[in-house]
Amino acid sequence: MHTKKVTLKVFRFNAKTDYLPYYKTYELEVSDHEVMLDLLNRIKWEYDGSFSYRRSCRHGICGACGIKVNGKSILACKENAFEMTHLFGDELILEPQSKKRAIKDMIIDKSDFWAKHEAVTPYVVADIDEHPEHENQISQAQLAQMLDADYCIQCGACHYACPVIEVNDEFFGPAAFVAAYRFAIDSRDNATHERLKATAQMGQGVWDCVKCFECQEACPKDIAPIEKITRLHTMQFEHKVAVPNIATRHAEGFVRSIKKHGFLDEADIVVYSEGYLGMYKHLKTAYKMIKAGKIHWNDGLPWVDNVPKSKNLEEIAKLIEISQTNKL
Amino acid sequence: MSQLRYALYTGCTAKQSTPELLSSTLAVAAKLDIELTILEEASCCGASHLQDFDPFLSHVLNARNICYAEKLGLTMVTICNTCQLNLAMTKEALDSDPTLKARVNEKLKEVGLEYKGTVAIKHFLYALIDDYTLEAISQKVTTPLSHFNIAPFYGCHNIRPSHLHKGENPYVPNSLDNLIVALEGKAVDYASKNKCCGFHVELQANHTSEILAGNAMIDAIDNNADMVVTPCPLCHLKMDTYQDNISKTTGRDINIPILHMPQMVALALGCSADEIGFKYHVSKATHIMPKA
Repeated sequence: MHTKKVTLKVFRFNAKTDYLPYYKTYELEVSDHEVMLDLLNRIKWEYDGSFSYRRSCRHGICGACGIKVNGKSILACKENAFEMTHLFGDELILEPQSKKRAIKDMIIDKSDFWAKHEAVTPYVVADIDEHPEHENQISQAQLAQMLDADYCIQCGACHYACPVIEVNDEFFGPAAFVAAYRFAIDSRDNATHERLKATAQMGQGVWDCVKCFECQEACPKDIAPIEKITRLHTMQFEHKVAVPNIATRHAEGFVRSIKKHGFLDEADIVVYSEGYLGMYKHLKTAYKMIKAGKIHWNDGLPWVDNVPKSKNLEEIAKLIEISQTNKL
Repeated sequence: MSQLRYALYTGCTAKQSTPELLSSTLAVAAKLDIELTILEEASCCGASHLQDFDPFLSHVLNARNICYAEKLGLTMVTICNTCQLNLAMTKEALDSDPTLKARVNEKLKEVGLEYKGTVAIKHFLYALIDDYTLEAISQKVTTPLSHFNIAPFYGCHNIRPSHLHKGENPYVPNSLDNLIVALEGKAVDYASKNKCCGFHVELQANHTSEILAGNAMIDAIDNNADMVVTPCPLCHLKMDTYQDNISKTTGRDINIPILHMPQMVALALGCSADEIGFKYHVSKATHIMPKA
């Protein structure tokens, strides 16, 4: 067993008594057998009994002990302390998942997480036969469609790693999207359409995802929420839930550009997504870009074609013709 | 060292709204005697948006893009984080799923191509650091950047998901920092360097986009950065073009030059003003050029 000295800078705050949070430093001799939860326990048991955090199963399944170490979302019971020092060095900063939601030390108010979880109807909606004569089976192929979405433990790691959650209160967030996908794809479910419609709404839905992949990096169960977010996008087209709007036209507009030029027509994609009337809000920026020589005054006009072309463009057009699967 | 040779996938922005990215990349390659063959047959990578609409089509088109690098037998280099990620994701999907690879190749056969999975795809940043090496670059520096505090802005798609970007810790990335130091600049340490610029929701969620870009630039400014440097032209477009709007949205006066990674290298290697192309920036950067 190896041990070494590790400095823990720990976020401390009591919403009832403290005006501002502060960081308290603890120096611990840490062994390579200990997980981060062991260190939280030792702070509480050996230094300060008032130190507060959530813990329960210690087996990576209850999702209670989510915290951040040097900005990385972890489950404290799963993450080996030595491995954390290999990532970040021997000074570790321990913080709650969301500082602005802190109630006491590592404990946060997770009510926004649960409200959004509830908003996607996270259960199978079906008429139940009260006296069934056989099991309600789904096939292996149907089960495979769920991917690993069912492994989510609602720990909140991805939700509070998502930068959009911090900016847009309406946004459902990656964990709720995983749940939405898990039930929307369930062959026994009757609410797929409604769930897809909810996740297609601008503001709350998947079109507000910034594609930063923070959620994939954060998930302690390796679920990759962004993979399910992408599936929800494409399911909206497959299930004819997608309506033409700025976001769906932007996604579909790529095919239109690539077919014509191989490359994206940067001006056309904005005009096509916004519509000519929507262009007024881009005029100032467009003027600056024209002045700098980034775009040309006549870019985006349908009868002008300033866009460079890929060589062998006919190959690209042919591949689109024979491979395109979805329509708007 | 034998000459490094790559197939260059330019992406769309370098051919249109950020011509300075292409010219500075080619200038750096020329200075370092790296041979870049532009893949003129290549098409758009889908930019993660085509992937939301039609993932199969995006795999077919990106597999075709990779085919042309395979034909040359050269490692494919990209100069845009989002191109890099979308091409790497198609490569990962096809190399790990023989059924999908067969379905894609069935389409490619119609135009006389076959995806084999024989070439690597890497961002030019890592071609410079891993293949050319920082030591060799630092020996070529003619204009040390020693009087600049440079804030590295990594861009999501070069660091996450981390399994596709081996060697970079997404929480403590260091490649750009090391490059800045090799060019004798001072690398600014700030929390937002691995955060999102918001580019991908610019049209449909402009407020989110502007706050994210603003937070990153304000963090760089508050840590005494003279400029921000990024390997991604989409981060560049977001941060260079919209500083006025973002200043209004965030209530802070944001005025900071944003450099493409190859522009910074070109500056240190003594490339010309035309090659570096600061004139194509919306936020003033021309004052960075040393007086001739």
